[in-house]
Amino acid sequence: MNEVLSAPHRLEYPYRRSVGPVLGRFLGGLREGRIEGMRARDGRVLVPPQEYDPITAEPLDEWVAVGPGGVVVSWAWIAEPLLRHPLQRPFAWALVRLDGADTAMLHAVDGGDAGVMRTGMRVTVRWRPERVGDIHDIECFVPATG
Amino acid sequence: MSGDPVRSIRTPIALEYRYTPGLASSRFLRAVAEGRLIGQRCPVCRKVYIPTRGSCPTDGVPTEEEVELPDRGTVTTFCVVNVPFAGHAIEMPYVAASIQLDGADIAFQHLLQEIAADQVRIGMRVQAVWKPPDEWGPSLENIRHFRPLTEPS
Repeated sequence: MNEVLSAPHRLEYPYRRSVGPVLGRFLGGLREGRIEGMRARDGRVLVPPQEYDPITAEPLDEWVAVGPGGVVVSWAWIAEPLLRHPLQRPFAWALVRLDGADTAMLHAVDGGDAGVMRTGMRVTVRWRPERVGDIHDIECFVPATG
Repeated sequence: MSGDPVRSIRTPIALEYRYTPGLASSRFLRAVAEGRLIGQRCPVCRKVYIPTRGSCPTDGVPTEEEVELPDRGTVTTFCVVNVPFAGHAIEMPYVAASIQLDGADIAFQHLLQEIAADQVRIGMRVQAVWKPPDEWGPSLENIRHFRPLTEPS
């Protein structure tokens, strides 16, 4: 009778955020199975795209198609995924530099086993069958050959 | 070109806790599960606290003497809520009131219903409306709400 009670408690914030014109177009492209980056003033292609040049702060508007293949620049193996992780089996968080891009984007790699993962490995997009215009329209990246 | 640009995205975040109320509040909640309201009296200032926290915030001493309180009390302050928020089922407007039970020296917040929001007054006498006993658990939600009390003055 003197034991301490204990109960699960979930605190949730139902945010919705506006994405602006540049990420808005990027996400609209994902919905149609297309990945687009933005060319910066120094010629680099930024993915995800940015609205303003990271060095000169000028507005940017030169869109460049990239991917769907890419290279893993860095990664971390997640042996025990959490509830909200994109995959409910062991996977890797990875920085993926898409073909045609000069920056890397954080996403999940469904490698199956940590032994498959290595820096420099080729990956390609696995699209979600039903897409809504969200970064999760890319279900994850998967190992690719070539 | 792309299709229609996306204007906004849903980005909910959630924090998963395991909440433990501690020893004193566990005793309080177990009593609530039986339909009883238990306060604790400070041995120094003699104030009665409910819900119980196990110590007096003024004197810093353990509060061990238990006091059973009635389920009626007085509105000490209140707020009329007109803005709904996600996941909320109560009809607008509703009144969240601070209610000080008879014999207690501190108020706690609960829902005040069965009265129009513009009729609520500080000092109003109120009484708990309990859920049916078979729905009781270790939670103040056993009290569905408080309602105005009519009693001989």
